[in-house]
Amino acid sequence: MKQTAATSIVAPRSASVAGRHFGDRAFKWLTLAMAISVFVLVVMIGVELAKGSHLTLKKFGWSFLGDSNWDPVNEQFGAMPFIFGTLVSSAIALVIAVPLSIATAVFLTELAPRWLRKPLTFFIELLAAVPSVILGLWGIFVMVPWLREHLFPALRNTLGFLPLFKGPIYGVSMLAGGIIVAIMILPIITSVSREILRSVPDLQREAAYALGATRWEVTRIAVLSYAKKGLFGAVILGLGRALGETMAVTMVIGNRPEIAKSLFAPGYTLASVIANEFTEATSDMYLSALFEIGLVLLGVTILVNAVAQLLLKTFGGNSANAHP
Amino acid sequence: MKRFVAPPSKSDQKPESPAPPQSAFSVNNLSVLFSEHAVLKNVSIDIRANSVTAIIGPSGCGKSTFLRALNRMHELSPTARMQGSIILFGQDIYSPKIEPVIVRRRVGMVFQKSNPFPTMSIADNVTVGLRLNGMRDRSTINGRMEESLKMSALWDEVKDRLSAPAVSLSGGQQQRLCIARALAVRPEVLLMDEPASALDPLATAKIEDLIIELKKQFTIVIVTHNMQQAARISDHTAFFYLGELIEYDKTEKIFTNPSKKQTEDYVTGRFG
Amino acid sequence: MTHSYHHWRNAKNAAMQILTLACALAVVTPLALIFFHLLKSGIGALNLEFFTHLPSPVGEVGGGMANAIVGSCELLLLAACLGVPVGVLGGIFLSEYGGSKLNWWIRFVADILNGVPSIIWGIFVYALIVIPAKGFSALAGGVVLGLMIIPLIMRTTEEVLRLVPNGYREAALALGIAQWRVIMQIIVPTALKGIVTGILLALARVAGETAPLLFTAFGNRFWNHHLTDPIAALPLQIFTYAISPYEDWHRQAWAGALVLLLMISMLSVSVRLLTRDRFADGK
Repeated sequence: MKQTAATSIVAPRSASVAGRHFGDRAFKWLTLAMAISVFVLVVMIGVELAKGSHLTLKKFGWSFLGDSNWDPVNEQFGAMPFIFGTLVSSAIALVIAVPLSIATAVFLTELAPRWLRKPLTFFIELLAAVPSVILGLWGIFVMVPWLREHLFPALRNTLGFLPLFKGPIYGVSMLAGGIIVAIMILPIITSVSREILRSVPDLQREAAYALGATRWEVTRIAVLSYAKKGLFGAVILGLGRALGETMAVTMVIGNRPEIAKSLFAPGYTLASVIANEFTEATSDMYLSALFEIGLVLLGVTILVNAVAQLLLKTFGGNSANAHP
Repeated sequence: MKRFVAPPSKSDQKPESPAPPQSAFSVNNLSVLFSEHAVLKNVSIDIRANSVTAIIGPSGCGKSTFLRALNRMHELSPTARMQGSIILFGQDIYSPKIEPVIVRRRVGMVFQKSNPFPTMSIADNVTVGLRLNGMRDRSTINGRMEESLKMSALWDEVKDRLSAPAVSLSGGQQQRLCIARALAVRPEVLLMDEPASALDPLATAKIEDLIIELKKQFTIVIVTHNMQQAARISDHTAFFYLGELIEYDKTEKIFTNPSKKQTEDYVTGRFG
Repeated sequence: MTHSYHHWRNAKNAAMQILTLACALAVVTPLALIFFHLLKSGIGALNLEFFTHLPSPVGEVGGGMANAIVGSCELLLLAACLGVPVGVLGGIFLSEYGGSKLNWWIRFVADILNGVPSIIWGIFVYALIVIPAKGFSALAGGVVLGLMIIPLIMRTTEEVLRLVPNGYREAALALGIAQWRVIMQIIVPTALKGIVTGILLALARVAGETAPLLFTAFGNRFWNHHLTDPIAALPLQIFTYAISPYEDWHRQAWAGALVLLLMISMLSVSVRLLTRDRFADGK
């Protein structure tokens, strides 16, 4: 009896050791495969987009990027108007959003009275949850009419000597596109900046306080200079977002592939032309041109995001991952 | 350091304060509470001007809190409340008419871990306090800078690289830089919270020599957990325990012939 | 240090506080305006018909978004089926295995994937699935949303698993339990709340996505009966109605937007409920 009991203790163990070993190895490979999927995905996206655009890549080569004539009917495909539109709308968005976001982040972390911080932060994070299409909806029916009837005429009256503010006013315009992209990227720049500012060590603030500095002086001397690099990373992250913004922009920018000097003129972005014309593309060459535009957009956003991530990682740890 | 000789311990009395020729700080019934938890209880003490006063005691006895109350730094914590009064050279520093900003310029502070501003050069670090207070004249600023760096025994080591980043200095040098930074605004009192605890013995010795030299011009209050250090450099020593001031007297007396048994137990290492 | 200079410093301090407050209010204003208009324009169109009827033929007044609401839920479910296993298992790898160099690269690439514009995901899956299958489908829509949430879920899962104290792992391993069992039966259940939170947040994020669905799910005026058929989705419907010339459809677009925001809020609220007992944020 005792002997069988002893063997019954020993035997199952030695059998399951081999089983455990296999189970561990299999599980490890499984999870590794899932984790590696990110590499696979990036490569696959690039490959599929390149495959899809091979017709125009072969036919036009680099001149695709420099040509400003977009005429699908006559098989003329130049991406310049869209590159121009994406760059200008993103630039406008940054000019508006960056000062507002960083100032807000400073307010929330350094200058606001404590009872105000949580509720205000909550509201701003709420803005992050608003989908692009809903912002676009509000843009079409509320913002654009208001721009057309109030802000744009006022701008033309005061600053109309500049070529930026000349010309007919439709409402839908490059400027409207820039403004709406600004609203879309405000939450992310604010939220990442907040985390960067919070990660500045308290010891730095105390050094400034101990010298007899006011609250703003402490912020200026001990916090903002320390956080410069990280804040720059937050801005680049916002730029990456702005470049890829699609729905809200499409709904208010006017969607005309022209390069104009006036901000009141309609514009067109890389993302918008894909959104509007992809399912209407009548020829293989047309579709290939749109794929190539996607390739350009992919390349630019990957580059910008990589720079942003590197800046944020060397400064402030976990700030930018898994952010809405 | 003289050996301790066991005396008969006196019965409970208020700690004996030496009659001050001039009192830098006159602290009366100071209590500091964090969210209703009292970290300092009814502390009364007169800190002498132009001397070095050491604050000693085991961890958690309230030494740092006491120090920070002297320049209103505890107010940075949202749950802190204080009761009692602190008079600095005749002026109540907690009076509603006085702003903390002003108090902190008159009472400087050096921290346990050196914290120079990393984005500024050595020169800019020293002069930041001056520029904050509106000083504009270049020559005055540079003069003060040289003076402060000399006072903190750092001038010779950095005079050729004043525009180098402050973080390029060694730990001990950075701490002396922080001292220079604090001295540049000509405070009346210098508070030091374990300034040498993160430094090696050589750097520590430099700082200690510095402190003894500085007391000719400033009043210095230093918190330290190193009793030998307190015995070496201070004129008066205050022993705190669990938020209360147990004994305050000339350093020599505290370490050779303390009045309270608790003091005696602490300085002989029976607990701590 | 003169008295008047000190006043100037105080004035600067106060001015900066007001300025930054103004900026914070400026940031909050668009949100307030959007909510205000959503309620003003959307509530009127919310009726039983909206929730139960299919869209009416083009130009006719009436009809609803029932199929779009259900379609969105279906797409999120499909997305979860793809994104949750891959994301969670990948997150497990990042937390429990792997060398620091490899893991750094995986995280870097995952963060970059998070920044790829959603429309690019759309044309990618179009090339990958829609072209070979010769048609738009709910499956394609589910796949694109599922792929999008993989990097998100991977990162949040990793973060949450890292918070589980090492002591648990060591104690279990010392008992002779296989490592994969330790992870799946002890560590993951401990961190389950956080993992679920991450999943819900990722779903809330993609629930409002329109661009990738334009070329995958495509939209459908009727009920979807097969995974291989096109399917309606709320964001798609909102977009189509918004850019149309019909007044009635504009009203319904607002209503749809209200419902969509409600869905997203419900997901976020459940996240807050789940994490209620562990938040002690000071600043």
